[in-house]
Amino acid sequence: MFKDITIGQYFPGESLVHKLDPRIKILVIIFFIVSLFFVDSFYPYIFILLFIVVISKVAKIPVSLVLKGIKPLRFIIIITFIINVFMTKGEILFDIGPLTVTKEGLSTAIFMALRLVFLVLGTSLLTLTTSPIALTDGIEKLLSPFKKIGLPAHELAMMMTIALRFIPTLLEEADKIMKAQMARGADFESGNIINRAKNLVPLLVPLFINAFRRADELATAMEARCYRGGEHRTRLNELKLDTKDMVVFVSVIIYFGLIISTRYIKI
Amino acid sequence: MKDIMIKLENVTYEYKSYIDEEVLTAVKNVNLEVEKGEFLAILGHNGSGKSTMAKMMNGLNMPTNGEVYVMGMNTKDEEKIWDIRAKAGMVFQNPDNQLVATIVEEDVAFGPENLGIPPTEIRQRVDEALEIVEMSQYKKHAPHLLSGGQKQRIAIAGILAMKPDCIIFDEPTAMLDPNGRLEVMNTIKKLNKEEGKTIVLITHYMDEAVEADRIIVLSEGEISIEGTPREVFRHVEKVKKLGLDVPQVTELAYELRKEGIDIRDDVLSVEELVELL
Repeated sequence: MFKDITIGQYFPGESLVHKLDPRIKILVIIFFIVSLFFVDSFYPYIFILLFIVVISKVAKIPVSLVLKGIKPLRFIIIITFIINVFMTKGEILFDIGPLTVTKEGLSTAIFMALRLVFLVLGTSLLTLTTSPIALTDGIEKLLSPFKKIGLPAHELAMMMTIALRFIPTLLEEADKIMKAQMARGADFESGNIINRAKNLVPLLVPLFINAFRRADELATAMEARCYRGGEHRTRLNELKLDTKDMVVFVSVIIYFGLIISTRYIKI
Repeated sequence: MKDIMIKLENVTYEYKSYIDEEVLTAVKNVNLEVEKGEFLAILGHNGSGKSTMAKMMNGLNMPTNGEVYVMGMNTKDEEKIWDIRAKAGMVFQNPDNQLVATIVEEDVAFGPENLGIPPTEIRQRVDEALEIVEMSQYKKHAPHLLSGGQKQRIAIAGILAMKPDCIIFDEPTAMLDPNGRLEVMNTIKKLNKEEGKTIVLITHYMDEAVEADRIIVLSEGEISIEGTPREVFRHVEKVKKLGLDVPQVTELAYELRKEGIDIRDDVLSVEELVELL
């Protein structure tokens, strides 16, 4: 049951994209998302698609892996598509029972669905090319200016690291508890959804208790290793921006700037 | 003059039980000195106060009465607490619950990072520590994919990277399979013999305690037997009365002697017994 959950979908590699500073990659993705929402017609999508294709080619990530990102969100994409198809008023193309399909509806639906698809593809490119650790480091560094207004940047990053570290451990434990209970006749697989949810309670209770026990032990172990929050802490791998990072950053900003400008400058 | 690494002076530890608010005493008026470079084993059955005592040795628990000194620093001194924890590192029972990071070398670096060591030196310390525990080839691995014994060695490397003079092991092999136990015990012996680290090993495996220079047996929070492994395990009946076993060979020798075979009463290893017979 838990075998198919992959933790972080990092695809190791040595490409330029992999080696970019995680901060730059996070910022690029933010610009990517912003410009995606500024686009209001079909043709700038070509440039968005071009960006995705170029990045995945440079990073040498198989297309199938990039496309896999869509799978978990397929229902949301389909629902968005259906709602848009039927809910938009305009020139009627044909009827299906009480529902009408309009020309505008069809085009908005495709437009919105594509926006979601691109959104997923872009963000999964980030997680495919950046290891979870680099990602948390990047987030910590990016958020650190907000420490002045009381944002616990280091603590957030530490929490994310620990969560990532313990996901496989807890999954393994859940699997073990489940098997132990199945051996004693527990049934997790039949019945309707409510019954199945109810049957999960005896699995969740020990899992939670163990998680708290683990948290307690981990806290003691961290204290024994002199952990006292983010102050005066150094890092094994410090993040450093170099010229390559800056060049990529500036060119990407210009690229997205042009995409955004298509909203205002019509040709 | 002998260098004293850890010193417990009339130490008592009391805590309130969760259920009926009753005050319980885990450690009672213990006096103990651990010398520099010594390998000390602390034995005792469950609830004898051995883990509590260990946690007092690096300031995780504060004694209710008495004083604990680590290299002359009192653990009650708030300013020294981080120095104390860097000098007296601690390895715990469950390897899973003491690894912090998702990559081995990042985890080993956690301690020195907390101490504020410059990155180049951290790199050097991490490589060194992994070399000592013989885990260098795994430095880019994810800890959850390693075996119990390997994880525990990573935890040891994480402590080593802080360059402590003393390492306290709180039942480090209790959750491991026989192979893992052997790996960890070999590492501990190596740390003591080759790296000159002071070792305090808390265990309930007799065959591990035999490796130590000195053993203390705790019972109800008090030291009931103290001495070299030979001295301690000679008291077969007394040890058994405390709910502990003696090493199998020692027990065999004991039974043989009861049957009237003349044999020494302090046999500790199979080889020794073979030679005597």
